[in-house]
This record gives sequence, structure tokens and C-alpha cells, in this order.
Amino acid sequence: MNGFLTLFYKELLRFWKVGLQTVFAPMLSTLLYLLIFSHVLEERVQVYPSVTYTVFLIPGLVIMAMLQNAFANSSSSLIQSTVSGNHIFMLLSPLSYQEIFTAYVLASVVRGLLVGLGICVVTLAFFELPLYSFAWVFAFALMGTALLGALGIIAGIWAEKFEQLAALQNFIILPLTFLSGVFYTISSLPPFWQGLSYMNPFFYMVDGFRYGFFRASDVSPYLSLGILVAWFLAVSWCTLRMLKTGYKIRK
Amino acid sequence: MIPAIEVRQVHKRFGTLHALYGIDLEINAGEFFALLGPNGAGKTTLINIIAGLALANSGSVRVMGHDVVSGYREARRMLGVVPQELVFDPFFTVRETLVFQSGYFGMKRNNDWIDEIIHHLDLADKADTNMRLLSGGMKRRVLVAQALVHKPQVIVLDEPTAGVDVELRQALWRFIKQLNRNGHTIVLTTHYLEEAEALCNRVAMLKNGSIIVLDSVRNLISNISGLRIRLRLSPDTLPTALQLLTINHDQGSYILAIEGYSQLENVMTALHAAQIQILDMQILQPDLEEVFVKLMHGTENLESASV
Repeated sequence: MNGFLTLFYKELLRFWKVGLQTVFAPMLSTLLYLLIFSHVLEERVQVYPSVTYTVFLIPGLVIMAMLQNAFANSSSSLIQSTVSGNHIFMLLSPLSYQEIFTAYVLASVVRGLLVGLGICVVTLAFFELPLYSFAWVFAFALMGTALLGALGIIAGIWAEKFEQLAALQNFIILPLTFLSGVFYTISSLPPFWQGLSYMNPFFYMVDGFRYGFFRASDVSPYLSLGILVAWFLAVSWCTLRMLKTGYKIRK
Repeated sequence: MIPAIEVRQVHKRFGTLHALYGIDLEINAGEFFALLGPNGAGKTTLINIIAGLALANSGSVRVMGHDVVSGYREARRMLGVVPQELVFDPFFTVRETLVFQSGYFGMKRNNDWIDEIIHHLDLADKADTNMRLLSGGMKRRVLVAQALVHKPQVIVLDEPTAGVDVELRQALWRFIKQLNRNGHTIVLTTHYLEEAEALCNRVAMLKNGSIIVLDSVRNLISNISGLRIRLRLSPDTLPTALQLLTINHDQGSYILAIEGYSQLENVMTALHAAQIQILDMQILQPDLEEVFVKLMHGTENLESASV
């Protein structure tokens, strides 16, 4: 195995060894959301004609869980390494910063996709979920988890303490995912909140991902994907700069 | 021959602290070399720069001819580093740790060598134990194993025996001496001067970010510190010429400090001329510790004088 594949495999094994916490727990909590919200709101809200609220909710909850787990994977792996100091083993090796970046992003993507797939499989046993285009679903799942994986690298390297990372997760990532139209379409929002939502990259992930199921969205999926690619390139550029210059990790 | 490690005019600053002040150092292939110095002298900083864990503000470092920045892939393949801190990844077992480390270096089918180092470092019983559950000494062995997993030419050990029991320390040194005999270059930092004295060909002493001495252990001991002789005389008295050399006189014996063996003859001649008989004579070998203390102290005096 070459160096890159080893690091990628190690990152997969790292979360898989604690899979109960990293894969099954987020699956369970998402299913609980689904159960409770659908029970309360099923009869009162209908977003798209001929789509029940519960079914409308599923794609949003799935991608939300995927995004949160993609972020958690790279960020928690890196902060654990840098706090305990074992990241030096990676830094002492001939791995390039591009290889390190790619391995961490891909491991985040895999964890995100696993969580998403798991939730889909379980919900399909209870609900009938239409699938308009697997390609769109996959494209948004991939871009969303990759973007969050790269953001997780920045967070994991920047944070020096676990509480700093928790703050990022609770005060930035969580609100942005919740306010991205998981539970509603933004066309139902007042103009101010609608305008604000257009600035939130998570909105495009949810909107485009949902398009793949229902063939209905607030903005064109091409536009959403374009914006996400731009975000991914910008964040990746920053992440690669950080890794190249050794920001905080090569003193 | 290409030096194992070549350090040229390396400066390192942390904010206002000038941690390394223009270090020049060449370590030959096959040497057993020690970096000595008090805490904060810059030993670990220098090692980190050699290993690529820190970046120098200016200057260059080469490992087996490969620049550690522009040719980092080759340089790191040549170098194995045993860090000072007991760091480990709590997710994995000893064997997994070693397999991953080997994989980072792109080593394929390395299991025979991994088995061999596990065996040599007495880790066989613990190979499938999680790193978390190992004692400090065992973790230290894994760190050594990790540094060797890619068969590096040059092995750097940053205080490998700090907090290690005597038995492990001896086993560790036997193993490292073996590696040195097999042609590996060994560089270590240590607080135990007797270790450096027993193992190393050459030492560099660092102080406040500069190398204040770089020499073979033998030269250091003989040139800088001279010899001590203990004499029992009859009658118990010294001629005036020799009294200047006395550093101690008790229980009927004198201890004299002389510069080297050549001066021994002068002492004998002076005693003979004064018709003093030598009942007993011992030559006391000064050790590296004495050199170390003298040098660290000496430069301190110089510094305070220049302020």
C-alpha cells in the first residue's frame, strides 16, 4: 500500500472501530428526528403537492446527518492527534500535504455517505421515497461531505482545545445546517430570512440533494452545484495553504 | 562521503526568542553522535528542524544529501526519529501502529521486518494489545520500533532513556549499538552524560542556541579538562612549584590537576628533586560530566563579563 492509501485506510479504520458512536448513533438520532417531526407535523404541513411532510423531511435530515458527520470525522481525528501529539508520525513520513488533505477529505466523505446510506435504508423500510435522479443525489452528497470534510481539517488544526472545536460545531456548523431549509423550503420564509439563506452554503447542499429525489427545488440544481464547487475550491485552497505552510502543526 | 546530517547556518526564532543561533553541524555516516546541553539549549528544536517537524527561519539541513525542505520525501525516508514525548494513537494496537507507520513510507510487504523489530524490542507479547494499555516503558519501545520501521539510515533519539528503568535502558542501548555496528548513523540527545561518554564518538554541546563545543569525547576529556592525579607522599609535603596545581589535600593524599600526560613527567622530576618519595599514585580520568559542567559554567562567566 502506498502512503496515501495507508493514511486513508487508517482514517476509515479509526471511525469504524468506534462505529457505534460514529455511524450508528447519528443514524439513530436522525431517525428519532424523523419520527417525532413527522408525527407532530404530518397533518399540518405540506411543502410540495403530492409529497407528505415526512417524505419531504427525509432527504433534508439525511444530508444534515451526512454533513455533520463529515465535519466531525476530519475535525475530531485531527484534534485528537494534535492534542495527544501523535500527528507527528504522519508529519515524519514522506506524505505530501496534498496526500494528507485528500486522505482526510475522502475519509470524511466515506463516513458521511455511510451514515446517509444507513438512514436511507432504514427509512425505506417504512416510507416510500421517490428517487428522481441518483446522479444529482450522489453529486450533492459528494460535494457536501467533501466541503465539510475540508472545513473539518481547518477546524481540527485551528482548535487547540476540544472546547474550541465544540464551539465551532455548536455555534457555526449546527445553526447553519438547521437554518439551511432541512425542515422547510426557503420560499416559505420572509424576504429577509430568504436573502440570508442564499448566503448559507448548506442551503444549496440541502436544496440540490432534495432535488435529486423530488425534481423540485428553490433554485436550479446546476446553480447550487456550481456554488458548492466554488465553495469547495475556496475552502480547499485555504486548507492546502494551511497544510503546506505547516500552520500550527509544523512549528 | 556524503555526511549523514549537514546543518548550515540554521536560525530559528520563536517570537522574540532566538532559539537557534546560526547552527553549523556535520555528522558523518556511521557515527554515534550526542547532542548535549541543558534544558532549553535548543536540542529538541534542532532535532525537529532536521526531522521536518519545525521549519528553520533561515539556513539549510540535509539528511544523506537530501534537503529536508525541497527534498523532504527522500530526506524523511533516510531518517527515523524517536520523539521525547510518549505519544501514541489510542485507537490502534502495537502491530497496527507499526503497519500504518510502515505504510506511510510506502513500504510494501514489510511484515518480516516488523516481526523482527517486535521481537528485538521484546514486544511480541504485546503486539496485539491496544497502545492505551501499555506501560510507559512499553510505549517507549513502540516509539523506537516506529522510528525503525522504514529501515532508515540515520536514527535520531531525543532523550530515549528519560524515565526508563535500568533494564530497559540497557536493552535499548544494546539494540542501538547493534544498529550502529550495522552501519546506521545514530544521533541522540541525553541528560545522562555517562551514556554519551560510553556510547558516542563525538558530542556537540549546545547552549543558548549555539554549539559551544564540537569534538570527540576523548579529545574533550583530555584537552579541555586535563587529568587529575592522586599522590601519597613521604614526607607528606609538596615542593612549592607543585603547590599551585593542588586542588585537594586530605588524609595524607594530594590531588593535583595537570594538563595532560606530558606534564606528569614534570611532576615526577620536581618530586625527585625535592627528594620526596611517592608511596602511591593514581591517575583519575575526568568524565564528560566534569567537562560539561566546566563548559556550561565557563561560558556563563564569559557572558556575564561581556555584559
